[in-house]
Amino acid sequence: MRYSALQVLKEGLTGNKGWRPVWREPEPKKQYDVIIVGGGGHGLATAHYLAKEHGITNVAVLEKGWIGSGNIGRNTTIIRSNYLLPGNEPFYELSMKLWEGLEQDFNYNAMVSQRGIVNLYHSDAQRDAYARRGNSMLLAGADSVLLDEQGVRKLCPFLDYDNARFPIKGGLWQPRAGTVRHDAVAWGYARGADSRGVDILQNCEVTGFTLENGRCVGVDTTRGKIGARKVAVCVAGSSSRVMAMAGMRLPIESHVLQAFVSEGLKPTLPGVITFGAGHFYISQSDKGGLVFGGDIDGYNSYAQRGNLPVVEDVCEGGMAVMPMIGRARLLRMWGGIMDMSMDGSPYIDKTSIPGLYFNGGWCYGGFKATPASGWCYAHLIATDRPHDTATAYRLDRFRSGAVLDERGAGAQPNLH
Amino acid sequence: MIIHHPLLGPRDAAEFVYLGDASLLNRPDPAAPSAAEDFYTYLHLRDNTAGEHRELWYHEQGDRSWLVLTRNTLTHEITRVELARDVAGQAS
Repeated sequence: MRYSALQVLKEGLTGNKGWRPVWREPEPKKQYDVIIVGGGGHGLATAHYLAKEHGITNVAVLEKGWIGSGNIGRNTTIIRSNYLLPGNEPFYELSMKLWEGLEQDFNYNAMVSQRGIVNLYHSDAQRDAYARRGNSMLLAGADSVLLDEQGVRKLCPFLDYDNARFPIKGGLWQPRAGTVRHDAVAWGYARGADSRGVDILQNCEVTGFTLENGRCVGVDTTRGKIGARKVAVCVAGSSSRVMAMAGMRLPIESHVLQAFVSEGLKPTLPGVITFGAGHFYISQSDKGGLVFGGDIDGYNSYAQRGNLPVVEDVCEGGMAVMPMIGRARLLRMWGGIMDMSMDGSPYIDKTSIPGLYFNGGWCYGGFKATPASGWCYAHLIATDRPHDTATAYRLDRFRSGAVLDERGAGAQPNLH
Repeated sequence: MIIHHPLLGPRDAAEFVYLGDASLLNRPDPAAPSAAEDFYTYLHLRDNTAGEHRELWYHEQGDRSWLVLTRNTLTHEITRVELARDVAGQAS
């Protein structure tokens, strides 16, 4: 069934009896061309693009729980392409372009809302760094505008411009950035993949990899053994645990990142705002809640919940940049587990085992990358060559020295 | 989290800075023929255990000692705290 305004009207007039489940619940087949391990945003996007762009439809997506139950349902929904390094920026700009055409592409309302992002700067040095970043974005075909204080005041009159410690001097603005309804991204990709014949197998946990003559030819699961010509792992948050079953150690640590949402308020924020003197970012959901967050807790964790010192730090950042936030009541807070890589950049690569592919290490920037991650992973799986925009995301880049360190923090995952 | 410092007693984890897996104490020999590969593994690859994890914490807002904690990454429960110099002494 194709969704359209006409369909909504027709169903509305006939008691909404014609709607069908968005995806099937098939039994696992014995053998697939490609198995994707992990039914999150990236895994489902990969399945969608494998089927749609490469014509590979004999595909299964295996998910331990229900699809979209991991970080695609736990993030702060921001999309942007404001990176600096030439190994990163074209990839994220590809992602932004895919976001812009996404709803038409998979015929599902993902509420892509391009209301812009402003990264505030508070000093001369920071302005210079943002000017350079903005130029790098323009070179990759993205949009960026360097605003002075007056420019930011026009967009966001409610910020604390004359803060004694962190006066706001301006900001780097990307008007095409914004937010997306995160769950709908998982559901839309699931629908797109399923309608082209991809089997989405929920409650199907991978418990081991089947190797034959050193080649990966399938997986053991809680729903039986399933064979495949290619197995593609895409389980950010659990990457180390899953790849350990293939005997691999990864350049990844798992850390917990907390996020917060306030009670619903009338439209207040024009878009996403990030504080430049601490780590704090905020946007407003379509329901009106202020969605915000800051640093990871900073120690290895698989617990999906954090501790109070970081809550305090995030709230201090919020109060420093936007004092009116102090009047809003907090509705919910939660934590998600991040694959923190050794240089803050992700991996989309083959592994040392033929037939086994790996996608992970997204740190806390995976949501915005969802479409390009799926696009480039599908390209790698289908052609065995990396996509042009993802050639830097090698799993062995720390051995070769070709690291991709936006922050310049070195091999210290909790600093990225 | 409360860290029971072996010398100072219970301290708030916010006083500490986290470094990472305690395997970082076992620095490879830079003169070994396999040094390049050893340092790649030492610096960049991690077991990243879900469960009991041995890790280095630095008491920056305190006595500036390095500690080795044994902590469960699934529950955040700390079961053992040692001075890193004692742990390093045992290793050599």
